[in-house]
Amino acid sequence: MKIELRNITKRFGNVLANDDVSVTVEAGTIHGILGENGAGKSTLVKIISGFIGRDRGTIILDEKPGEIKTPAAAIRAGIGMLHQDPLDFPTLSVLDNFMIGREGGKDKTSSIVLPKKLATKELKYLASDFNFSLDVNEILGNLTVGERQQLEILRLLSLGVNTLIFDEPTTGISASQKDALFAAMRKLADSGKSLIFVSHKLEDVAVLCDRVTVMRQGKVVGEAEIPCPENRLVEMMFGRELASPNKPKTATAEVALQLHNIILKTDRLTIEIEKLTIQSGEVIGLAGLEGSGQRLLLLMCAGLLPATSGNLIINGQDMTNQTYQNYLKAGVGFLPADRLKEGLVNGLTIQDHVALRQSIGRRSFVNWKETLTVTKDKISLFNIRGKADSKVERLSGGNQQRTQLALLPIPLNLLLMEHPTRGLDIESAIWVWQQLIARCQTGTTILFTSSDLDEIVQYSDRILVFSGGNVSAPIDTKELTVNKLGQMIGGKFEDGGLGTGD
Amino acid sequence: MENNQLKIKDYSLRFGTLILTFLFITLIIFLAGASPKEVFVALWQGISSADQFARVLSTLAPLLLCACGLVFTFMAGLYNLGIEGQIIMGAIATTFALRIFQDIIPSYLAILLGIIFGIAGGALWGLFAGVLNVYGKVNEIFAGLGLNFVAQGLTLYLVFGPWKRPGVASMSGTEQFKETVWLPTIGNTEASPIALILAVLGLVVTAIVIRGTYFGLQLRAVGQNLRASYVLGIPAYSRILGAFAICGALGGIAGSLQVLAVFHRLIPNISSNLGFLALLIGMLVGNGILWILPVAFFFSALNVGSLQLPLSLQLESSLAGVIQGSLVLFVLLARAFNNIK
Repeated sequence: MKIELRNITKRFGNVLANDDVSVTVEAGTIHGILGENGAGKSTLVKIISGFIGRDRGTIILDEKPGEIKTPAAAIRAGIGMLHQDPLDFPTLSVLDNFMIGREGGKDKTSSIVLPKKLATKELKYLASDFNFSLDVNEILGNLTVGERQQLEILRLLSLGVNTLIFDEPTTGISASQKDALFAAMRKLADSGKSLIFVSHKLEDVAVLCDRVTVMRQGKVVGEAEIPCPENRLVEMMFGRELASPNKPKTATAEVALQLHNIILKTDRLTIEIEKLTIQSGEVIGLAGLEGSGQRLLLLMCAGLLPATSGNLIINGQDMTNQTYQNYLKAGVGFLPADRLKEGLVNGLTIQDHVALRQSIGRRSFVNWKETLTVTKDKISLFNIRGKADSKVERLSGGNQQRTQLALLPIPLNLLLMEHPTRGLDIESAIWVWQQLIARCQTGTTILFTSSDLDEIVQYSDRILVFSGGNVSAPIDTKELTVNKLGQMIGGKFEDGGLGTGD
Repeated sequence: MENNQLKIKDYSLRFGTLILTFLFITLIIFLAGASPKEVFVALWQGISSADQFARVLSTLAPLLLCACGLVFTFMAGLYNLGIEGQIIMGAIATTFALRIFQDIIPSYLAILLGIIFGIAGGALWGLFAGVLNVYGKVNEIFAGLGLNFVAQGLTLYLVFGPWKRPGVASMSGTEQFKETVWLPTIGNTEASPIALILAVLGLVVTAIVIRGTYFGLQLRAVGQNLRASYVLGIPAYSRILGAFAICGALGGIAGSLQVLAVFHRLIPNISSNLGFLALLIGMLVGNGILWILPVAFFFSALNVGSLQLPLSLQLESSLAGVIQGSLVLFVLLARAFNNIK
């Protein structure tokens, strides 16, 4: 089926997620949609598959206008989507999951009584057709992400879809499963179905797609036939020269943080770092698409997530398997991106927060008078627009960030930050970094993530690039080019990165 | 300016809530075939004699203690439905202590030991719910309800088994204790000054701990946002366990008082559902800790006064429960309504 999207526009609050997007997907092709996080790819495919509505624009299916208002309507129109996190039911069996989503009572394959025999036959037939091996009676939760994807493809096919959308399907699956997936996708395309492949990975797009649309900041910035030189795609994805580094040198000869043979495993990602040494006073930027493992590294260094194996040494002290309280005592601070979820307590005032920070290790009565004085000092020192008795959720994002900074432990040896200036106006952002660099000059070491590449380049001494859990060797900011960075973010490392090599 | 407007809105909302509740209750009374005036008069008659008023006070003491305990768990963001079981375990522990000590040590020491055992029994039972919640990841509501059943079952087993009255085991409970280990009362009534003093002391200490100590502040923080509290360095899980234990301890004292001052023995319905009633009080007062006193008094008076309803109006005494329940319901609705905007 040929799909034409014309002038799709979608706004979330102040953010224009899709701005006049037009894309045409020919029948029998694999069409890539490439872009950084937040480029608007997911929004676009969610609109096509009926999960969210659009503000403006038309969808044309095989030259006829299509009205797609719900996921069910999309499936009736022949469009099915595989979500990044599989939308399935882990406690049910493979067969149950296969049958879910059928309209009961229509015909033999979906009668009111569950047609288990018929469905089993159909599932087995489809699976053998694609060389997938799925045990129909297994509980879904025991399957790998790759196998769950396979089942989801078969389920959608059994519902009669002729257009399949894959949202970042190669995250969290093994190499062999990826090969199987790509083979299946190619087969589907050859049989005349249209496929939309959403990804931020240049390599995958280059291997798989026939044509690619590149998005940036909600807009389509270009289209290309594959094969096409990678440089051109990188240029379209990132589209600009990087800002120039302008941070004074703050690194000293002392070692602040050492990682040895670290392995950090979660359901989706595995991070391996054989050896990493960071100097005291240094600022390390963690670049990469969101969810590539940067947060895991920060949480581990903060003492909030234990490493699966390996050693973590802060200022010469082995902190592996120490309690979070001991990390705090060692002068480690963590500044989360989601301030009201992880950093500050809804419903409490700035003064309450100051008291909470003082409370550690003390059990007695709060001296509210003294706390008030301390709070007022901090409010003026950190230029917080708010009063001691202002509840934190009433503060603006910038002032919440200033409050978080005011609450950091002193002395601060290691500071870990997620998106330190997200949601801040330029003036506040500059102010925040002035404070941070001042801290570095007194020996604080900083690791931070940001989705703003300019911020990373401007304020880091060295940069680690993350891609799907792979970590690059540290790169000197001065040696960095937009091309190199873009390729690494897309998953192409020149050397093997920091992993122990597999 | 804005603050004033907020206040006016707040007060009008509260006033409106009271009127709505009143109308709703009136409707219920009409449906039950009585007039609100008659009901009001009957309720008043039910608490107007000295004996009846003393009974209000004797219900008030354990009710206050339970409500204070629940303040701690509410602050920590927990619905401790296990308070009933914690009262029962307090009562069982007190009974256990008295059975051993009433004949071998001076009675005031036996009473003191009884209360200490009650505190320990309730606190351990509360801690048990906390451990299930924190380490077993069992929702505290289910943990509490489950433990209530266990405590209730244990009471029945004791009353009909090892602690049964010589000769006949019956629902009327274990054998009465000697009068020397009863808590002294005012005159010939059921009101015990010691129970009341303990309860008021509990309220004052609760208010001070919640408002004036780091512990109280940390509890509030944990209740609002567990993750952020942990990141800020608060030992969040030990605070949750602490809240459970304190709530259990206060419930345990209430159980002790039920044994020492009211029934003078262990009976199957030793908690008299005071824990659930205290939950209603907790929900009603929200953050206003000192409001517990008047509200608990009002609820206690309703409970005692309603005993008059079957006598003079042939109405079920459970009408008191309907009044208490609808009051809480409307207040919670009003609060939710206020939060939406």
